[in-house]
Amino acid sequence: MNGTVRAALVRLTVNDREHAIAVEPHRTLLEVLRYQLDLIGSKQGCDKGDCGACTVQIDGTPQLSCLTLATAVAGRRVTTVEGLGQCAGGCHPLQDAFDRHDAAQCGFCTPGILLSAEALLRRAARPVTDTEVREALAGNLCRCTGYTKIIDAVIDASRTMFAGAAE
Amino acid sequence: MPDDVKPVPQLASTTWQIGRVHRKVDAMERMRGVLRYTDDLTLPGMLHGKIKRSPHAHARIISIDASRALAMPGVFAVVTGKDFPTPYGIIPWTPDETALAVDKVLYVGDGVAAVAAIDEDTAIAALAAIDVQYEVLTPIYDPEQALAESDSNPINPYAKHGNLSKEVLLEFGDIDGQIAKADLVIEGEYFFEGTTHAAIEPHCALAQAEPNGLVTVWSATQVSHYLHRELSKVLGIPAHQLRVIQPPLGGAFGGKSEPFDLEFCVAKLAMITGRPVKILYTREEVFYAHRGRHPMRMRYRTGFTKDGKILAMDAKTTIDGGAYSSFGLVTTFYSGQLACSPYVMGAYRFHSRRAYTNKPACGPKRGHGSVQPRFATEVQLDKAAVALGIDPIELRRRNDLGADSETLNAFKIGSNGFLECLSRVEAASEWRERRAALPFGRGLGVAGSTYISGTNYPIYPNAMPQAAVQICVDRSGRARVFSGANDIGQGSSTMLAVIVSEELGMPLVDIRVLAADTDLTPVDLGAYSSRITLMVGNACLEAAKKLRKKVCESVAKRWEIPASRVVLIDRQALDRENPEQRVPLTQAFWWAEEDHGLLGEIGSYNTPKDRHGEYRGGTIGASPAYSFTAHVAEVEVDPETGVVLVKHIWVAHDCGRALSRRIVEGQMEGSAYMGFGEALMEQHIVDPKHWGVHTGPSLLDYRIPTFLDTPALHSLIVEAPDDRGPYGAKEGGEGPLHPSIPAIANAIYDAVGVRMDELPFSPPRVLRALAARAAAEAAGTLPKHKPEEGHR
Repeated sequence: MNGTVRAALVRLTVNDREHAIAVEPHRTLLEVLRYQLDLIGSKQGCDKGDCGACTVQIDGTPQLSCLTLATAVAGRRVTTVEGLGQCAGGCHPLQDAFDRHDAAQCGFCTPGILLSAEALLRRAARPVTDTEVREALAGNLCRCTGYTKIIDAVIDASRTMFAGAAE
Repeated sequence: MPDDVKPVPQLASTTWQIGRVHRKVDAMERMRGVLRYTDDLTLPGMLHGKIKRSPHAHARIISIDASRALAMPGVFAVVTGKDFPTPYGIIPWTPDETALAVDKVLYVGDGVAAVAAIDEDTAIAALAAIDVQYEVLTPIYDPEQALAESDSNPINPYAKHGNLSKEVLLEFGDIDGQIAKADLVIEGEYFFEGTTHAAIEPHCALAQAEPNGLVTVWSATQVSHYLHRELSKVLGIPAHQLRVIQPPLGGAFGGKSEPFDLEFCVAKLAMITGRPVKILYTREEVFYAHRGRHPMRMRYRTGFTKDGKILAMDAKTTIDGGAYSSFGLVTTFYSGQLACSPYVMGAYRFHSRRAYTNKPACGPKRGHGSVQPRFATEVQLDKAAVALGIDPIELRRRNDLGADSETLNAFKIGSNGFLECLSRVEAASEWRERRAALPFGRGLGVAGSTYISGTNYPIYPNAMPQAAVQICVDRSGRARVFSGANDIGQGSSTMLAVIVSEELGMPLVDIRVLAADTDLTPVDLGAYSSRITLMVGNACLEAAKKLRKKVCESVAKRWEIPASRVVLIDRQALDRENPEQRVPLTQAFWWAEEDHGLLGEIGSYNTPKDRHGEYRGGTIGASPAYSFTAHVAEVEVDPETGVVLVKHIWVAHDCGRALSRRIVEGQMEGSAYMGFGEALMEQHIVDPKHWGVHTGPSLLDYRIPTFLDTPALHSLIVEAPDDRGPYGAKEGGEGPLHPSIPAIANAIYDAVGVRMDELPFSPPRVLRALAARAAAEAAGTLPKHKPEEGHR
């Protein structure tokens, strides 16, 4: 933009891979993920923290990457939707459940929803309930589904994961 | 738990894919975050574009000076309206907008100049350096005022009739005679505040101009063919030198169904600079781009016999169109033409006027033009049911139009599952058991509706097919399906794969659908008016059946059996009467290729042209087949706060035949959700006291329902197969929205005895209505509505 903005070298871990990249101080994590690391799974719906489509996990906690400066995650672990599938050899149980339930129509909000839902299931001590899902995902807007199939899919995935753990 | 998603071949069954639950052909790629939407595309050397927008609602442009911007390092080009002044419009009869404003700006947010720069920050800085001088004119925000000041303060310079964008007056039967005969006449005035689509993906376009003159535009559009035509016209380059590609799309709902300024700007800037150019709207720009549901003020008179038969319906509607026509000509017809079903009536008249105002232009949103009048119509029926002491579901049954019938305005109805829709929501909501017993504050409401499965006449007059599909089968046993249809998240590509799978016997994973690329795919008119399943489905079915015939004949020849005995299923060809005789499907394809050469077929579909009335406008609203819907909503109204809590919506929808069950359910649930949001929360308005700026152009301030707001949605699929649809299928994407709003309004009345005739049903409005009711009860002019909890 002009000569006064100086990029800084930032080290961050994204999906278990370390990166050392030059980042301008005003760049958001979302911009760095999408336009510098080409991790385009995190979506920009509003760029001001209203819609949740850019949700990623920072040290395991869902955060809005459009409201997070990239320099602020130096040294921390970022997980995006591209990293989710690696958890279970290609496809996370949530992704499988979303696929079976047709929980992603246009799919634009889905990456953010998956990361919010994964954090919920990881913390849960038993299969989750309708109310728990609604509360955990309240920061993620979806305009296609009416949410019904998403709730079905998250509950179904949590049952699958707990059934697997019991074996 | 879901049904088994793996299709189980059953020879006894007549179908092996139709009506099952499927994994969509592209959903997993979307969920893995690897499928590239438009803004996920980056080309080498790509520049970033930005559009400078008017801060005034109504002004004349005196001058635009871009010299300072052009002198900035990193700025490659600036264009203004004078660079491409040809007026265009999605409806060919009303070309009243230009890519960027030429002489006048007509609303806050109208584009005046566009810049291409090395990065987004530079482009934003360059916008600030463009100096635009305006002569500010008096803005008009009220449609009635606009019509009154048509001569003194005309808004749109391309308009043919001042500030009157379109007027339609149609009358069927003897309105005055039928009203005079009526035992009961209900008069009501309704106001539908406008709402917008709010797809989570903002509009985005990217263009590349090659040295040979070919211009490619990637755009988040739901109408690539119409965009192709308008780009050619405005850019002044022949259509064969233009290629439009719709990448995977993040929701549309009608909000991406016409060209927008960014598509013209990226193409023009790419042609000037020789570099690829991308523009991504900010969320604020999406709100100003709008083209959402029109505000309508509707004055209705409905006459009834004492046993609840509709004798007459008389509608006068003022439509607030905003700055441009958009689809407004059609909207004005739809505001009346789709109201003569699902009910029989003795006479019907509508008089609709659409006015220009200095606001973001309105256009088509899911249920184009007919959601607003459906609200008025169905609340009128509810008022009559109360006045006549007839159960509201029963009143609707008594007026049912029935199958193989004709509406009063001469549309021919084929299959009709409306009565079953009513029965299903009645049973599922336990209407008969619960409704009378619900205490004050809780209530159930019902509404019904109908919608089109595409329109029989395309937007620009031509007699060519509305849809075409090309299918190729290769030696590996896979099929490639080429279709111009826009999959906007509704699952149309999967719908095509289901049909090909059903006919050719390979599972969905062996089918690749290549969609919406004007260089590769046949012309399709796009994703609007709920046309794709019926029209593109029929075209696909024709092509698939031709291929199937060839393959079955080649197999039959080698087995020396009749071709009718050959079944293609689950990657195999087998003999129906001797299932042990079987070969892999690839072998069957090889035999067919030996006999016929390369295996490819085309199918096309054109609409019937004999299913409408012989009057001016009689073709608008005519469809090959009509869907039917009924909703019951259950609400809780808090009389202290005025907050309306919708607990449940039961939605029964006659989609003819559900080709893929879960996708149909998703359309029904998404529709009910969207209508619910419009009923209670959403308001797309500009503020006249603040120079016409939007009151909340963000996804926080423009409130759309979250996970916590949305009620339990219960989808009940009803199947009344129609001869004109593929396997009997009709639409499912827009019809299920229509009854949402009146069902909730009617449930609020049932709960607390107040009529909500203005949208949205926000707490202040509900409280005012409750206070008025309480005053009337205190004065003795109204009885107590119904007993409180425990006082029965």
